[in-house]
Formats: sequence, structure tokens, C-alpha cells
Amino acid sequence: MNWDVISEYIPLYVEAAKLTVKLGVIGIIIAILVGIVCAIISYYKVPVLKQITQVYIELSRNTPLLIQLFFIYYGLPKIGIPTNPEACGIVGLAFLGGSYMAEAFRSGLEAIEPIQEESAYSLGMNKIQTMRFVIIPQAAAISVPAFVANIIFLLKETSVFSAVSLLDLMFTAKDLIGLYYKTSEALFLLVVFYLIILLPVSVLGTLLERRLRYAGFGS
Amino acid sequence: MPDLGLEVLFKGTNMLRLLGGLGVALKISLIAVAISIPLGILLGSLMTWKNPVARAILRLYLETVRIMPQLVLLFLVYFGTTRWFGWNLSGELASIIVFVFWGAAEMSDLVRGALISIPRHQYESAEVLGLNKVQTYVFVIIPQTVRRLIPLSINLITRMIKTTSLILMIGVIEAMKVGQQIIEANRMSSPNAAFGIYLAVFFLYFIACWPISLLAGYLERRWKN
Amino acid sequence: MAETLLTINELVKQYGDKVILNGMNLEVHRGEVIVVVGPSGCGKSTLLRCINALEPIQGGEIRLGDEKIVYGSKNLSSIRQHIGMVFQSYDLFPHLTVIDNILLAPTKVQKRNKAEATEEAMQLLDRVGLRDKAKSYPRELSGGQKQRVAIVRALIMHPEILLFDEVTAALDPEMVREVLDVIVGLAQENKTMIIVTHEMSFAKAVADRVIFLDEGHIVEESSPDVFFEHPETERAQQFLNTFEFTPVKHPAQN
Repeated sequence: MNWDVISEYIPLYVEAAKLTVKLGVIGIIIAILVGIVCAIISYYKVPVLKQITQVYIELSRNTPLLIQLFFIYYGLPKIGIPTNPEACGIVGLAFLGGSYMAEAFRSGLEAIEPIQEESAYSLGMNKIQTMRFVIIPQAAAISVPAFVANIIFLLKETSVFSAVSLLDLMFTAKDLIGLYYKTSEALFLLVVFYLIILLPVSVLGTLLERRLRYAGFGS
Repeated sequence: MPDLGLEVLFKGTNMLRLLGGLGVALKISLIAVAISIPLGILLGSLMTWKNPVARAILRLYLETVRIMPQLVLLFLVYFGTTRWFGWNLSGELASIIVFVFWGAAEMSDLVRGALISIPRHQYESAEVLGLNKVQTYVFVIIPQTVRRLIPLSINLITRMIKTTSLILMIGVIEAMKVGQQIIEANRMSSPNAAFGIYLAVFFLYFIACWPISLLAGYLERRWKN
Repeated sequence: MAETLLTINELVKQYGDKVILNGMNLEVHRGEVIVVVGPSGCGKSTLLRCINALEPIQGGEIRLGDEKIVYGSKNLSSIRQHIGMVFQSYDLFPHLTVIDNILLAPTKVQKRNKAEATEEAMQLLDRVGLRDKAKSYPRELSGGQKQRVAIVRALIMHPEILLFDEVTAALDPEMVREVLDVIVGLAQENKTMIIVTHEMSFAKAVADRVIFLDEGHIVEESSPDVFFEHPETERAQQFLNTFEFTPVKHPAQN
């Protein structure tokens, strides 16, 4: 392993990591919004929309992100829908992540005993007050572990972005291996940079979960 | 109606070739799952052991595998072993190694979770009935974990299949690669083939994974109580 | 006789084909304590849930004063503020402290001043002996303490009528007393209450009127003395017998 080579390539990886984080964060935020909407639709069993949500969730959860990206990036322009790599990465991540987030939120909502809702109603609260003060705070706490796992999962999934010619960490590593045979250095930096991105998220997530567990929700 | 490039699918043996590509991915995932599940059960049981060294090592293994994107692991094994050990692994073999490494870690975590979810009094009830350790596991504990583990293991199969899409990135000829070849070959006659072919690959993966997911969901609901 | 507060007229409640309440009638007067007893599945709890419009009904009507209680109607929220309900168990909001559980509805629904509501809440907590638990979370309380908080949470809304749905059924025996004592205290203050319970000695002590419900009907309705000492119907006798044991260990030697 050649440390000069490593320090020479660090700036390339920093740029690539910035791109990964930027697209990851935007994609995840949209995925969270999509997830909230889907979870509410399925919680209130809104007709028609519920079926559409279900089809979306099944399609999204049963196909790989890589294939979704290929279809969006290379397929859609053929029927007149223009795409660019960054938008494609974000849309793909949001399409994939939306269903995972929806499932996390839905299971949080479903874990709340009906008696909680009934107690709130019998105190004279309306539907919105009940949602806001009673259901959502509890459901959010229950969803945290799945939510954290989803964020890590989605950040890891961004590793396929290079397939749609985004200059991310994988792309950079592959470039160094393919063109300059700097395999060891390229792989070393690849692992280090993914650790820099993922470890803090993982540690923060664990701390958050532990705090909530000590707060001891449930009976 | 715009040209969706779907006619390419029915030209010659194109559809068969795509299916063959999917077959490669399925074969790799099934081999990996078949090795991962027993290995995961073994490792998962070891994780409930009291030995702190064994536990620390297993924990490190689990966390390492979990935090790295599978594609990074693939790169490490595929490119790294060539460079460091001079092995020239085929893409398929590298994929199987990585997926077993990853699948066994995931499975071991599921097994560990299932084992520690069995309440203490189940062990104690078995003990006061005079069952020994092995009997306790065989007749009381394991039957209770099986119902919880089967749906989760089936889910692992779909996750494995979806993950095999990554092998394209290390040059294994699977459905996506076949798709690219078909699109390339029909560049002139069907300029919109990319839409039809990628849509087809999308649904091929869906058709492979969806029934398995449905089965897992069905079993999970049925065995909930 | 005091004015009629709650009127139930020909109430019919079904789940699918199964008839739970079959045309029952009941008038509750202001200040009256009604205890509803009956075998499990007789529809006692369902009755309370219908009064609070937690269930749709299939026939008849329920009125509080002059206002009709209709499942899903717009003014339910305002009617429910006049009806306090305490459930079997676990109905405190686990993410809120005791004081926040109590203050949620007064401040968010009734829009009362927080300081004023807090003061009342503390007085009520004092009364049930839980002033020092105001900042605790429900998980830190025993079952009996939780139920006393649930009663306070209902009382602070100043309901005209209180519904108790087997509030001691999920409690350990030694905690039953502390909850029942609170309810006895409320009876002494002439609060209007409908109480569903399996605690027969408590029923006897607290009731103005006992209602025996079986198969969706009121089978017997009388003062506690009459009901417990000289039940008129055979079904009520059988029911009361289920609470008795005959000695088996040392049969009388004669």
C-alpha cells in the first residue's frame, strides 16, 4: 500500500463522498415523505389510494434498486421522459425507500392498541387531536429502530449509483482499479469512506434506540 | 402510442436469453442461501453462548458485514483477492463467497433474535419437567423459534435475489447484462429497446421475488400467535 | 325524583348476526349510581361503549339530557366531554407523565388555562393519594395507581356522568381496594355513575340500583339489598351462586 497514492486520491474520494451523501440525504428525505403519506393512506384505509399504495409497495420492495435505476435512466427517455443522473439517483432512492419507510411507519401505527384511540375519543378529542397528541408520538417512538435500519440500508444502496454514470465512491474506486491498477489503495479508501459515512449514522441510531428503550414505552 | 421497444422481447430467443440471465442470478442466490442458512443457525446459536471472546468475534463479524454495502464487499473479494493473493476468482465464485458471508451474518442475527425472544420461563418449565439441555432445545425451544424463523429465512431469499443484481457490476453475465447485449444488438432496428428490455428485466425480478415475499408474509401472519 | 340524565331507549346492538343488546331500556337519574352485573359476554361493556359512541348501534337511541348521542356525528367531541369513561386497564397514554395525561384534554380540548387546570389536577391527585406521582410515567406506577390516575383524568373534565368498565378486573387483588375506595368516595359526593363490575361486595355497597343483564336484556333490576339477598329470577340466583364455594375439605360431621 502506497500512502502517497492514498493522499493523492483522497480529494477524489471526498468529492465522490459529497455526491453520495447529497443524493442520499435528498433521496431519503423524499422517501420519508412518501412513506408518511403511504402509511396514513393505509392506516385510514382510504379506498382506491390504498390499492395504489399497495401495488407501489409490492413493486418497490420486490425489485432491486439497480434495475429500478436502469429503467429510469435508460428506459424512460425512450418514451420522452428526460432524466439526468442525479435526478435519477434521487428518484430511484425515493422510489425504493418510500415503501420501506411506509412499512416502518405503518407497523408503528398498528402497534398502538385501539384502547389508546378510544381513551382519547372518550376524553372528547377529535380525530386530528387524537392523531397528533396520542397516536403519532407513540407510533414514532415504536418506528425508530426500523426507521434507523432503513436509513442505513438506503445509504448503503446508494453504492449502485455508479451504474447510471454518477461519479460516486464506487465509480471512483473502479476507475482507479481499472485504469491505474491501484487496487489496494482504491479499496482501502473505499472502505474508509463508507465507514466515515455509515458509522456515525449507525452509532447515533443505536444511541437513539437505547434511549427510547430506557424511556420504556409500552405498559 | 410511442414505440415502447417491446417487440424486441419477442424477436428470436431474446426472452429465453433474458430468462437464462435471471436463472444465473437465481442459481447464485439459491446456492448462497443454502449455505448461509445452516451456517447462520450455527453462528446465531454461538452468539447466545456465554464465552465473551467468541461473542466479541462474532459481533465484530456481524457489524462489519452489516455496515458495508454489499457492492463494496464484492469489490473487496473480486478485485482484492486478485491483487493480494493472486487468486483469479470468477465473478460467480466471488459473488457466492460474498453472499454467503453476508447471508450467514444476517441469518445468525435472526437466529440470535429468535433464541433470546423465548422467555426464560420456557427454559425453566422444561427444566422442572426434568428435560436435559439437549431435550429442552430439541422439544421446547427450537420448535418455538422455527415458526418465527421460517418467514424471516424466506424473506432472506428475496433479499438475496435482489442483491444478486449487483453481480452485473463485477461482470457476471446475468439478466441485466443480457439485456444490455440485446439492446446493443438491436440498436438500429429497435432504437427504443432500452425501455422494453429494462421494463422486462424489472418485471422478471418482480415475478421472481413477489411470490416468495407473499409466502413469507402469509406464514408470518398465520404463525403470529 | 331527580331529573333524568341519561336515557336509553330500545337499544339494539349487533356484531354481524350476533345480537348483543336486544332492545334495552334504561333511565339514569342525576346523582344515581347504577351497577351493571351479569355473566361475561352479556353485553355489559358493550353497553358502556355504546353510551360513549365508541360503537355504532343498530336500533333505538341514547340521549344525554336532550342531546342524542350518535356514532360518528359531528358534535360527539362536545358530548363526550360530558361523559367520563375509565377502561379496564392500560389506557393511560404511555408517552406522557401522569400530570400530562391528566392535562391533555383540559388544555387541548377544553382550552382551559394551564395553570388553573394544573392546580385542579394536583388537588384531584392529592385526593386519590398520588400527588407525589405527578411527574412519573405510567410505567412507573402500579396497576391500581394507574387506574386512580385514569379516574382523575376523567374527573378533571367535570363530566356529568362517569362510566366505569370493569376497572379492577386486570388488577392484583391487593390493589382492587384502593381503586374501589376512590369510586365509593365519588358515590358519596352524589356523582352520577354507571359501573360495570365483578366485585359483588363493592356493588352491594355502592349501588343505588343493580341491573342484571343477560343475553342482551335487563333480566332483573332492583335495589342492591333485594338483588343480593332475594334475587327474583332463577338466572340471577344462578349467577350469584357462581361467586360462592361450598366447603369440600371438612364436610360437616353430624
